[in-house]
Amino acid sequence: MAKILDRRRLVPNLHLIEVHAPEVAKKCRPGQFVIIMPDERGERIPLSIADWNLEKGSVTSVFILVGTSTHKLSLLQPGDEVPVYVGPLGKPSEIENFGTVLLAGGCFGIGAIYPLARALKKAGNRVLTIIDVKANYLLYWEDKLKAASDRLFISARDFALESKDYVPAKIEEVAKAEPKIDRVVAIGCTYLMYRCSMATKPLGIKTIVSLNPVMVDGTGMCGACRCTAGGQTKFACVDGPDFDGHQLDWDELFKRRKSYFDDEIRSLCHWERSNFP
Amino acid sequence: MAEEKKDITPEQKAVLKAEFDKDWRKEIRKALPLKERMKFGRQKMPERPPEERNRDFKEVNQGLDAEAAMAEARRCWDCVNPQCVAGCPVGIDIPSFVKLIEQGKFLEAAWKLKETNSLPAICGRVCPQETQCEEICNVKKSTGVPVAVGNLERFAADFERGAGNIVIPPIPPSTGRKVAIIGAGPAGLTVAGDLAKLGHEVTIFEALHISGGVLIYGIPEFRLPKAILKAEVDYLQKLGVGIRTSFVVGKTATLDDLRQEGFEAFFIGSGAGLPNFMKIPGENLVGVYSANEYLTRVNLMKAYDFPNYDTPVFPSKCAAVIGGGNVAMDSVRTSKRLGADRSIIIYRRSRHEMPARTEEIHHAEEEGIEFHFLTAPIRYFGDDRGRLTAMECLRMELGEPDSSGRRKPVPVPGSEFITEVDLVVVAIGQSPNPLIPQTTPGLKMGKWGNIDVDWKTMATNLEGVYAGGDIIRGGATVILAMGDGRIAAAEIDKYLRNKPRS
Ligand SMILES: Cc1cc2nc3c(=O)[nH]c(=O)nc-3n(C[C@H](O)[C@H](O)[C@H](O)COP(=O)(O)OP(=O)(O)OC[C@H]3O[C@@H](n4cnc5c(N)ncnc54)[C@H](O)[C@@H]3O)c2cc1C
Ligand SMILES: Cc1cc2nc3c(=O)[nH]c(=O)nc-3n(C[C@H](O)[C@H](O)[C@H](O)COP(=O)(O)OP(=O)(O)OC[C@H]3O[C@@H](n4cnc5c(N)ncnc54)[C@H](O)[C@@H]3O)c2cc1C
Ligand code: SF4
Ligand code: FES
Repeated sequence: MAKILDRRRLVPNLHLIEVHAPEVAKKCRPGQFVIIMPDERGERIPLSIADWNLEKGSVTSVFILVGTSTHKLSLLQPGDEVPVYVGPLGKPSEIENFGTVLLAGGCFGIGAIYPLARALKKAGNRVLTIIDVKANYLLYWEDKLKAASDRLFISARDFALESKDYVPAKIEEVAKAEPKIDRVVAIGCTYLMYRCSMATKPLGIKTIVSLNPVMVDGTGMCGACRCTAGGQTKFACVDGPDFDGHQLDWDELFKRRKSYFDDEIRSLCHWERSNFP
Repeated sequence: MAEEKKDITPEQKAVLKAEFDKDWRKEIRKALPLKERMKFGRQKMPERPPEERNRDFKEVNQGLDAEAAMAEARRCWDCVNPQCVAGCPVGIDIPSFVKLIEQGKFLEAAWKLKETNSLPAICGRVCPQETQCEEICNVKKSTGVPVAVGNLERFAADFERGAGNIVIPPIPPSTGRKVAIIGAGPAGLTVAGDLAKLGHEVTIFEALHISGGVLIYGIPEFRLPKAILKAEVDYLQKLGVGIRTSFVVGKTATLDDLRQEGFEAFFIGSGAGLPNFMKIPGENLVGVYSANEYLTRVNLMKAYDFPNYDTPVFPSKCAAVIGGGNVAMDSVRTSKRLGADRSIIIYRRSRHEMPARTEEIHHAEEEGIEFHFLTAPIRYFGDDRGRLTAMECLRMELGEPDSSGRRKPVPVPGSEFITEVDLVVVAIGQSPNPLIPQTTPGLKMGKWGNIDVDWKTMATNLEGVYAGGDIIRGGATVILAMGDGRIAAAEIDKYLRNKPRS
């Protein structure tokens, strides 16, 4: 059992959840994730770690409302408990002084790149960060990311933000303006990570993505999370979640992510019917 | 790592003989001569009818009643030289508990069992008795049908649980020594129970959210009801064992971190949790599962009750399960219960080489499972959504025996054929879980990714660190895991007694 310290809506469809988990907080590193199960009948779902606080013994994630589990999470209140909260799982991201690192985050990934920005900056990198949003009312944590980065860019499909680009175009623009970019790290939905990887491939910039395939245990026991990197099958939960975006079989990944499409809709309808008759 | 038959030690022999010579045993032997005993037929285990049971997850075997158990116990000759004991990997005093049942002393029989086997209700259900105690039972040698040792074991243990008479033994005052057990499978649970009874402060660290290891996430409800495990775990907690679920040793804290927190001895029972795949084309298609994933979704996450539980699992029209062991049988019988029209076993050797328990194969056949022997998949095909639609197989024939002594399958050239399937479960074995070895510097490993131990003491090369069960053996059995746990617990106790307090 783990206690919820905070759960609030950041922007439409994106929520923050802060959980009391002192052991996880003590041990976690940027790039790792936890598995949470919202209630006794729930599914075990992975969430990236977006921040942690050693004094409070807490770990924070940002999640987007998609199906049953995330809807259940979005109704939790401070003081509630979840039956499963386990981590930190996965390998931590590589943190070194690479030179100039460009981070790209969209959706929940805006939260998930924050610990990376902080750690990469501390390691001596020049950190450039792109936040991708559809519209200005979806922006969150730009102050935190601004403080952790040397420069912050926003790509958006919104004239109010004077931008109508998707993140790949922004990457190309920043890459043109910079003398050299040594590494790109992209976190967000699979499509965003795919498009970022495609954008950097012709530019020859090493690109790391944080994969989010379907998972069950998160400890390498089941193989639900398998993906193909460099022609070899890998288990994303123990071999990743970070992979080189230029070596991935993206087509397989997209298809595996949609494995349970029909069931997920059925599950959500069932949950909505039984809770909001 | 093969299953070795242990010889009975002289000390064990002396104990067996002393029990054998007790008056009550003499009386029972006298009451009914061997010739009479040989006239009784083996009591049949009551089973639910196949066409009823293959649609739900309730237990197949219903257990003997008291009368049948006593009748079965009468078949045992109470041999001077009880072969069965040598066949049992932990050397249970089989004649003693069987004769207690014959007398109607069911609780005493259960306690007798628990002297050597801490999980009799489980072993009574899942042990391969037909290749262990029952294989060499003297009654089998003479009549062809052994005493149903397993069914009797189950009966006694169930009786004790049903009577609500689980005795909590007196626990000596705490020694104040902290022991960490990694993994709540049969190996870890055994060590925990034994050490708690000796007054040590035991904490189990378990990665998943429910204790039991393979017994909870792998073996299905229809073979091993989860309520039995829950009772065992509750019992351990009453003994004072602490259980930390959702704690991955190596991630949440390493072994060294735990040492820093004051744990003085460790037992690693983290099992063989890494699923093997065949590395053939199409294996990552949607609809191809490892047995671990398939069974975990169904058993641990209760996907059979989706959408009342949130975790889904694919139903299927035609399910093919690759493999011939218990894991394959459990998977294929599960697919049938989830509504498959056809559930097929694809095994590359012949029926004779199948490692699954005879009872499981028999039950599977009754439930309408098809068996395709001497066949192996070589490729899977999918549609444009990446979903499995068909598999290509190759016929095999048996050649020379391999290192395991079983005849090696060799492909028959030109025998490829394609068959439509919409679900495949790969059940070709598991390897030891690499998480602990990877995060415990200096831990000595064997050739197959297993932890290396001294087989007499279960000690690893690291001070105060012991290991047992599937992590040292690769996929083995519940009883061997438990036996390892027994030895390790005794050695850990010795170690702590000789070690000055830190
Ligand atoms: C290592 C890892 C880290 C992750 N970190 C985060 C995180 O920090 N925040 C977060 O919100 N999610 C994260 N995810 C994804 C998250 O686990 C899923 O969103 C979650 O399982 C959805 O559960 P659900 O029951 O609400 O929706 P489901 O019913 O399982 O899914 C509903 C629908 O949404 C789609 N969908 C689900 N997840 C995503 C996604 N991430 N992107 C695009 N479409 C999706 C599904 O394909 C499906 O169609 C991570 C996944 C992994 C493997
Ligand atoms: C489907 C199936 C059917 C089987 N049928 C039979 C049968 O009929 N008869 C029989 O005798 N045997 C059977 N077996 C084999 C038997 O179950 C195993 O040999 C036995 O469970 C091994 O016990 P163990 O305690 O070593 O490991 P496990 O039962 O595997 O338990 C290990 C535990 O450790 C946990 N763990 C792993 N890593 C960590 C970590 N880093 N930190 C914390 N916890 C961790 C795991 O989550 C797990 O709970 C079957 C196996 C399977 C998979
Ligand atoms: S070998 Fe068979 S008959 Fe003899 S004591 Fe054992 S169970 Fe009884
Ligand atoms: S989630 Fe089970 S192996 Fe990765």
